[in-house]
Amino acid sequence: MAGLITMDDLSNDEILRILDDAERLLPVAQGKVYLPLLQGRILGNLFFEPSTRTRMSFETAMKRLGGDVVNLGDVKTSSVVKGETLYDTIQMVDGYTDIIAMRHPRQGAAQYAQDAATVPILNGGDGAGHHPTQTMLDLFTIRQAHGKLDGLKVVLAGDLRYGRTVHSLSHALTRFGCELIFASPRLLKMPAEIVEDLNSHGSSVVETEDLLSSIHDADVIYMTRIQKERFADEDEYTKVAGAYKLHAKNLEGAKESMIIMHPLPRVDEIHPSVDTTRHARYFEQAFNGVVARMALLCNLLDIEVPASIGPEGGDA
Amino acid sequence: MSNEHNMRRVTAIRNGTVIDHIPHGQAMRVLEMLNINKATSVPVSMVMNVPSKKMGTKDIIKVEDRELTQSELNRLALVAPEAQVAIIRAYSVAEKLTIELGDEVTNVVRCTFSNCITTNPREPLAHRLKVVSREPMALRCHYCGRPQDLEELIRNLL
Repeated sequence: MAGLITMDDLSNDEILRILDDAERLLPVAQGKVYLPLLQGRILGNLFFEPSTRTRMSFETAMKRLGGDVVNLGDVKTSSVVKGETLYDTIQMVDGYTDIIAMRHPRQGAAQYAQDAATVPILNGGDGAGHHPTQTMLDLFTIRQAHGKLDGLKVVLAGDLRYGRTVHSLSHALTRFGCELIFASPRLLKMPAEIVEDLNSHGSSVVETEDLLSSIHDADVIYMTRIQKERFADEDEYTKVAGAYKLHAKNLEGAKESMIIMHPLPRVDEIHPSVDTTRHARYFEQAFNGVVARMALLCNLLDIEVPASIGPEGGDA
Repeated sequence: MSNEHNMRRVTAIRNGTVIDHIPHGQAMRVLEMLNINKATSVPVSMVMNVPSKKMGTKDIIKVEDRELTQSELNRLALVAPEAQVAIIRAYSVAEKLTIELGDEVTNVVRCTFSNCITTNPREPLAHRLKVVSREPMALRCHYCGRPQDLEELIRNLL
């Protein structure tokens, strides 16, 4: 069965249909309605790299829908440390579960796993490659705020070179005709091949090192963390990272409807003063990880989400 | 200079394979891709940088007493996509083959990206590159999706 390895696995119509499903599943994600659509199904969580939000939200999503989860656990204590290949691990877990969520440090690992598995694989991040379930929750958050995806002006800021989140998201936003502004230090620019790809799809991409001047007409500002270890020395990091921080006072000229997103964890790229502004959406965004993944689990397991969900879990 | 003259630079072969129209300078690489090396016992002749009407200059290889198969020849698509191949039997051309670049290049070269899953030698995987464009040739790794630099790629022969 086909999984979700990159956003190319979904058409725009499929994306919108899954976002609609997610919308209806909100009361289930919030625990207000119990709807055991995935009762009797087991998700295998294979995280070969640390993950908090992605792993936990997959687990929460499965459990809110009445399903169960088995975890690989810490790779240091699993068979991986004994030298088991990914192929063998997948063969084993494929037999135990109905669907697999996976994160792996090597790019392409999710596609390789999907080739080896009979159950669908949900790519929860492969190296600096793709992170499509994050993209789905990001799209959900954007649509929730703006009521649409198409034609928005989206600023992606910070580490655009290594951040897989922004790679997957920029491809998806382009497909919906969004205008993209990439604001990053020169060292952490969006990889040239991605910019070329986006341009070849007729998108409008602007690259800049100046985040603050992009704020006034943005509909979305998507912040990412700049990691110290990307820089040769701490002074250089401090100098560069300082230009990619948002403080509430920077937002005075922003559109009222503009939202600020962040895949989290943040360090100090978004000052706590932003948290109480109308623009902050990053905690809702993290919560949306549950509902977006619920909708994806249902879709990949071919379980139809009811057209309306009432308080008893049936039709309203 | 005529084609006949080029061919006479090395003697005609009784049986075997002639690979003509190899881009100049690529003959050594073609031999490498066909696993023709010092362990090969059959006679092999190679001419390099001979004039060609079509290509300016070209290389030619003749392998005696060995008929290369279509799948062996298809491995050459990355370095000599225009090469023309003749199977020789009793001094005559018995068959003409052309190199075919399919939709995928499998187990010929390894993805050039250092963090690709294919760099783990213990994984039992096929090295698969998708052909995304023929003219100009453009390939992407089936697994990591990275576009491949052709010059770098042919240093990654399997």
